[in-house]
Amino acid sequence: MSAAIVPTGLSTERKRRSLAAWTSDQLDLIVTPVLALILLVLLITVWSYSTFDPTTERILEPSQLARQLWQQLYVAFFSTVIVVAVAIPIGILVTRENAPRIKDTLVSFLGLGQAIPAYGLIVLFFVWLGQGAWTVIFALATFALLPVLRNTIVGLEQVDSSVIEAGKGMGMRGVQRLTKIELPLAVPVIMAGIRTATVINVGMATLAFLIGGGGLGETINAGLKLNRPTAIFIGAVLVALVALVFDFAGGLAQRYLRPKGV
Amino acid sequence: MTEPLIDLQAVTKVYPGVKEPAVKALNLAVEPGEILVLVGPSGCGKSTTLRLINRMIEPTSGRIIYEGQDVTKGDPNELRRRMGYVIQQIGLFPHRTIAENIATVPRMLKWPKKKIKERVDELLEVVSMDPSIYRDRYPSELSGGQAQRVGVARALGADPDVLLMDEPFGAIDPITRDRLQNEFLRLQADLKKTIVFVTHDIDEAVKMGDRIAILRDQSEIAQLDRPEVILTDPADEFVENFLGSGAILKTLTLRRVRDIDLDPMVTLKQPVHRSQALSEMNEANTTSAVLLDEQDRPLRWLDERALNSSSSALERSGRPITVQLQPEDTLQDALSAMLQTSSGMSVVVDGRGRYLGCCTIESLAGLLLTQGNETSSP
Ligand SMILES: Nc1ncnc2c1ncn2[C@@H]1O[C@H](COP(=O)(O)OP(=O)(O)O)[C@@H](O)[C@H]1O
Ligand SMILES: [Mg+2]
Repeated sequence: MSAAIVPTGLSTERKRRSLAAWTSDQLDLIVTPVLALILLVLLITVWSYSTFDPTTERILEPSQLARQLWQQLYVAFFSTVIVVAVAIPIGILVTRENAPRIKDTLVSFLGLGQAIPAYGLIVLFFVWLGQGAWTVIFALATFALLPVLRNTIVGLEQVDSSVIEAGKGMGMRGVQRLTKIELPLAVPVIMAGIRTATVINVGMATLAFLIGGGGLGETINAGLKLNRPTAIFIGAVLVALVALVFDFAGGLAQRYLRPKGV
Repeated sequence: MTEPLIDLQAVTKVYPGVKEPAVKALNLAVEPGEILVLVGPSGCGKSTTLRLINRMIEPTSGRIIYEGQDVTKGDPNELRRRMGYVIQQIGLFPHRTIAENIATVPRMLKWPKKKIKERVDELLEVVSMDPSIYRDRYPSELSGGQAQRVGVARALGADPDVLLMDEPFGAIDPITRDRLQNEFLRLQADLKKTIVFVTHDIDEAVKMGDRIAILRDQSEIAQLDRPEVILTDPADEFVENFLGSGAILKTLTLRRVRDIDLDPMVTLKQPVHRSQALSEMNEANTTSAVLLDEQDRPLRWLDERALNSSSSALERSGRPITVQLQPEDTLQDALSAMLQTSSGMSVVVDGRGRYLGCCTIESLAGLLLTQGNETSSP
């Protein structure tokens, strides 16, 4: 074991630190499933033990819920894919040594974008692109761009400059330094950004119904309009459940994509 | 003189947005197989000079010749793979194992897997780290000293002819630094690499350098020579000030115990009887002697008074010998050893611990004085 070789002071210190890290890691992966489980139990209980009037029954028609769920995931998935495909390359470009110094401007500009409520953004995109799920997808992609871009920039910039210097000094080309040193070391931070964006997108996809993009927002909206609290509750719980599942998946990815040794 | 391996010709570097050049029209030739130390005050351009050699920084003007070829143009990455580069912050890749770190350049050069593996183990041995223990560890599991060893091993990865080292031991505690310096000198005795070594520490420069270039602002060479010449004959006031007040004392680290004429003391080899001891000391007309065991290893200082005044066995009279020197020790080690003894004298033994002779403050002082005379009368 390593403990035999390293001085004891160091090894206990390391053990203590890794124990703390371990607990916070575990907490991250335990709290979410527990919450999700509680919601699921609640959902099933409410579903099984309440008697639905015909209107509620019509709103909560299972095949309809399934379609809405599917739409919700569709919107969330593609908006996240677009965010990743756009934000990471931009983050990489603006952090290159000889890149024009635009990253601070860019981040504050996108910060403004995020200050507009997602609702407003969807309406703006509706004016521009018209009805449909893809309008929502583009609006959400814009909305969730910032966390991924910011984390990509921060993740790349927090890489110890002496590590990059050493790589350069050994004759690694720019692309090699990027793919073999910088990106792997930035993965944890970038993944955290993607996780945030995913959860934002899953939640905000609820607004898709506003411009005919479907999603679980339809159920909540119908419940509100027809004054059916059970329907509102079930719609909201379903949204929360999906968000928690995505958050959990993001947590797993963050953990297992983290490079060894760091 | 042999052809220099690295030759900087009128190299100037002006950083963008800075008026004054960081390096101004520098001419510097590095001989194959030597350790050339660049030393000077902080900000004088040492790092810039070093980084010009492997074109981490592109020169504003001038030429860089390596192995007889102008490398000022052409692919800098190719050039860097032919030169090991070690920096103070080490910069090990934290997400790569020790073995992967060391294999960086061989991999880029597309060496076969098996050859790389053998090379990694060989290099770990070279820097005194057990491959079976450290190969698959990550840098976060190493101490500072071990990390710098791996840094050196990684720089030696593809067996480059040149090592460029920028304050490699600067961030390491003094005791470990001393050990790493010694190890590195031993290693260099075998490898005979051409090394350009940057430090701001004149003591380190004197210890490590075959030649030392003392730099002032803009990397201007104030003096370039062997350390003993610089220490005893500084070129100007700047060099003198940079050396500090203890320049002559620093020459102590350049000379070895073997350079001193050892005093022949009377030795008494076990088994020996008290009366025999006394008569031998009388005969040699001395009041003290060294008691040796059957294998000629020194045991105790004996003196006449102690022998006469007590009746205890020989191996319990006099004083035990606790400090020993070896011929390879520096005169600085010798001086501090002798200052620890009340007699101002220390025994010298060979590698197996056998008695060679004694070294005294007087003989050391004599050596320093003759050296002073030699240099003051050209
Ligand atoms: N990238 C840079 N841009 C501008 N000036 C620099 C840069 N690097 C170093 N300098 C300046 O060049 C001079 C020499 O620096 P350096 O070579 O690092 O000195 P040393 O290694 O001897 O301490 C200093 O005045 C420093 O401020
Ligand atoms: Mg420096």
